[in-house]
Amino acid sequence: MPKDSGIGASSKRREDVRFLTGAGNYTDDINVHGQAYVHFLRSDIAHGRINNIDTSAAEGMPGVVKVFTGKDFEGVGGMPCGWEVTDKHGAPMQEPPHPILAQGKVRHVGDPIAAVVADSLEQARDAAEAIEVDIEELTPVLDMKAAAQDGATLVHDDLKNNICYDWQLGEADDAKVDEVFANAAHVTTLDLINNRLVANPMEPRVAVAEYSRGTDEYTLYTTSQNPHVIRLLMCAFVLGLPEHKVRVVAPDVGGGFGTKIFHYAEEAFCTFAAKACNRPVKWTASRSEAFMSDAQGRDHVSTIELALDADNNFVGLRTNTYANLGAYLSTFSSSVPTWLHGTLMAGNYKTPVIQVNVKAMFTNTVPVDAYRGAGRPEATFQLERVIDKAARELGVDPIALRRQNFITQFPYDTPVALTYDTGDYNGTMDKLEAAADLAGFAARRAESEAKGKLRGLGVNCYIEACGIAPSNIVGMLGARAGLYDAATVRVNATGSISVMVGAHSHGQGHETAFPQVVADMIGIDESMVEIVHGDTSKIPFGMGTYGSRSLAVCGSAMVKATEKVIDKAKKIAAHLLEASEADIELKDGQFSVAGTDKSVAWGDVTLTAYVPHNFPLEVEPGLEETAFYDPANFTFPAGAYACEVEVDPETGQVSIEAFTAADDFGNIVNPMIVDGQVHGGIGQGIGQALLENCAYDENGQLLSASFMDYAMPRADDVPFYGVDHSSQTPCTHNPLGVKGCGEAGAIGSPPAVVNAVLDALNSGGRAVDHIDMPVSPSRVWAAMNG
Amino acid sequence: MYSFEFEKPSTIADAVAALGGEDAQALGGGQTLIPTLKQRLAAPTKLVSVSGIAEMKGVCVEDDGSVAIGGATTHATVAREAAGSYPALAALAGQIGDPAVRNRGTIGGSIANNDPAACYPAAVLGSGATIVTNARQIAADDFFEGMFGTALDEGEIITSVRFPVPQAASYQKFLQPASRFALVGAYVARFASGVRVAITGASEDGVFRWSEAEAALDKEFRPDALMGLKINPMNMIGDLHGSKDYRAHLVSVMTKRAVEACM
Repeated sequence: MPKDSGIGASSKRREDVRFLTGAGNYTDDINVHGQAYVHFLRSDIAHGRINNIDTSAAEGMPGVVKVFTGKDFEGVGGMPCGWEVTDKHGAPMQEPPHPILAQGKVRHVGDPIAAVVADSLEQARDAAEAIEVDIEELTPVLDMKAAAQDGATLVHDDLKNNICYDWQLGEADDAKVDEVFANAAHVTTLDLINNRLVANPMEPRVAVAEYSRGTDEYTLYTTSQNPHVIRLLMCAFVLGLPEHKVRVVAPDVGGGFGTKIFHYAEEAFCTFAAKACNRPVKWTASRSEAFMSDAQGRDHVSTIELALDADNNFVGLRTNTYANLGAYLSTFSSSVPTWLHGTLMAGNYKTPVIQVNVKAMFTNTVPVDAYRGAGRPEATFQLERVIDKAARELGVDPIALRRQNFITQFPYDTPVALTYDTGDYNGTMDKLEAAADLAGFAARRAESEAKGKLRGLGVNCYIEACGIAPSNIVGMLGARAGLYDAATVRVNATGSISVMVGAHSHGQGHETAFPQVVADMIGIDESMVEIVHGDTSKIPFGMGTYGSRSLAVCGSAMVKATEKVIDKAKKIAAHLLEASEADIELKDGQFSVAGTDKSVAWGDVTLTAYVPHNFPLEVEPGLEETAFYDPANFTFPAGAYACEVEVDPETGQVSIEAFTAADDFGNIVNPMIVDGQVHGGIGQGIGQALLENCAYDENGQLLSASFMDYAMPRADDVPFYGVDHSSQTPCTHNPLGVKGCGEAGAIGSPPAVVNAVLDALNSGGRAVDHIDMPVSPSRVWAAMNG
Repeated sequence: MYSFEFEKPSTIADAVAALGGEDAQALGGGQTLIPTLKQRLAAPTKLVSVSGIAEMKGVCVEDDGSVAIGGATTHATVAREAAGSYPALAALAGQIGDPAVRNRGTIGGSIANNDPAACYPAAVLGSGATIVTNARQIAADDFFEGMFGTALDEGEIITSVRFPVPQAASYQKFLQPASRFALVGAYVARFASGVRVAITGASEDGVFRWSEAEAALDKEFRPDALMGLKINPMNMIGDLHGSKDYRAHLVSVMTKRAVEACM
């Protein structure tokens, strides 16, 4: 029976009331008295040497407060990278400076050259047009393989080449890998591209900064998924400010998808300029600006090889990937093609020998960093595409081939550094086969063919490492931060509860789901619990929200803090009930003495905590506890997805007729929210598979620089989804047994879509091995007629 | 956007007078012009809105049976009010953009802009319509002069467009996935005097008549008549969304589908 409250209930999202009625408070809604506006003059060429910037005319324009260039930031730190990757020879990655405003060179279209602060935005724009910039154009570095050659034009003149690192994971002995492939009964090889994406959250980035001369304190309001991380990076590495003098607030945030994790130059600029101008400074990105300044996602070019023995067991896997980092290292960019990608190459399969090779490249394009799934979609796409190709080459059923190679014993140590704690891949596949009615596919194909359409079925599995992350492990791997989280449970005198959490909610529904947990633990109504997040002055600390970590990591901290509160409340209840603490039970908001009818209500105990007239002397008054939680391992959500498409053979148009997801997220707090997360993730995955393409021309100009050319998925591009999350193997190492669900859909869906399209085309008697994403009508038609 | 003067006259004569100044520009629904201004890609000194001119709005059937549409009539109005008199045209109007665009954008604005991927130019050319301005009448065949080019003079306003109503007509649009403009759109209209086929979205020269298809359909008005007819891909648009070859192929497919829809 579905529950109607607490853990397991589909409680309605309380935050949606304000979002849907226009009562949200987004960063752009924040206006500070006396604020000035900044407009960034951005490079319109991809690569060039700055000979001169003349701001004299601009400085005299009406309303101009101050004009800044890179020179104003020569004594200031650059934008830091939070993860140092060590290359396969033991050397640290090459880490070029990333100035707030360009110094010496511009390195991508959109690189900020100068900034004008003025009384109004239009005045700032007018003045920016009066800045004279003399830039000598240089050859843009765009093709990753060419960029890796000796003698290639350098994006950063002070580096030895354009390769940030040449990294390897898994089997280090090349000869051993060669031998596995040489002895294999069958080898399937696939070249593929994981297309570059623009996250495009509905709300563009915004920063508003103010400085108080009286107290020497700064406040930065910003569109961030992790305000504490922004404060730490900006204070310690960029501006050199004491953390206790800086407050960072991320209020309602209209979607992040990873691209609002990172510390951006505009945030540091506004904070710096607020003091320099002695005026609050506001910046709101236009959509056009977002296209050339938000960190972009994916952009891998890979070759993957799968070796099988005569019985179709996977015996070896080797990948060679070029990963585009863009012009500069964004905050977590270095970790995405490595520890978030290479570690997932085992997938759900017991392949004994795996070698992952990644060259990360600097190019004259917008920086690339984490985007929903971050490295794991790239790994899953390669693996699940090559398995499908192998099945076709061998003439075996692709599901049977997967099942045959599934990992079935847990815990399982992969050859690529992870230990999967639990899972049931066959069980999840069973759920998928039933939920998607795969047995009925042949009949559906016949119906489509009767209409003149080709129908295809694509199935794939995925696994992801979430609940990011155990600090000791990521520290060894190069993370320059811990990845624990924190929560404070503050019980008010009358029994209501404010929970200050380090996770940030920007669509995930924390304000609903987190209270379900606390209310369930105590046995009170969910409405008595409120979540406070997004403000460094209100919450103890937090590493923020990304990597499907909020409930698994911050939720665990919240559980631990709630347990501490309950322990203390039991002491107080024991005193009130004149009983031993060991005999006190808490159920439905009542403390009772075991085996008696003596009880005291939650509210009476909380009131006593704050009005301690009759109180145990050894206990401190008040009822508030904080806990930090550092996970023991990653969590490993896994699933199996099925996509059915129809292809119009005349035009190459693909329509998704059915999409079914069977996921194992472990325990689930709010099934409705989980459904929504999966729906959204699949929507973005379908977007990547069919529509989205961030493309540059040969000069480094962004071709898809607006929604006129960058195809976002719309409601009629996606089907009604079938979602089944009844396959549940609880996480073994966190108190809730939860695994995380935010990224699954985006990770698991692209290969299902592409596999389905290829199945459709091959069913029509054509032999098509691969089509790169997005699988647009034009590309499908070309593949059919190629 | 840059500053400009703004006028909203209530008569055609006043609008023409207001457009007499240097760098003045007529504003219809603003669905192209306003975003262009916001990006500072245009700097007119004055915008003259024609949306307050009552005589430029609405749909009416003339004595000769043709359908006249005021230049300032929105797509939504055409979709609604021409549904009885010229269903294919109404259907085309009802598929332009989204509801917000259809309730702002106007037929005059669309035609005067002559975006190579816009829908209306295909209907105007495919129907052999007459563009009526404050100064003259221009046959559709003489009006469109290549991508974003028209026969309009400076300050000349499209006051109405007069469509002869064919025996049968259909517009078939293949969507560009991002903008949802026409990647290729084919407008087929069958008149007693002959068949007209106009193609939008495909050519670097903007909307054009596919005369080979017209000749074939004149002989025999059925989809098979187009079998084997191919358009030369050389002048087709090739971009992120479709190659020249693909667009040339879609011209055949969409035209055939338009004929099927006419049957």
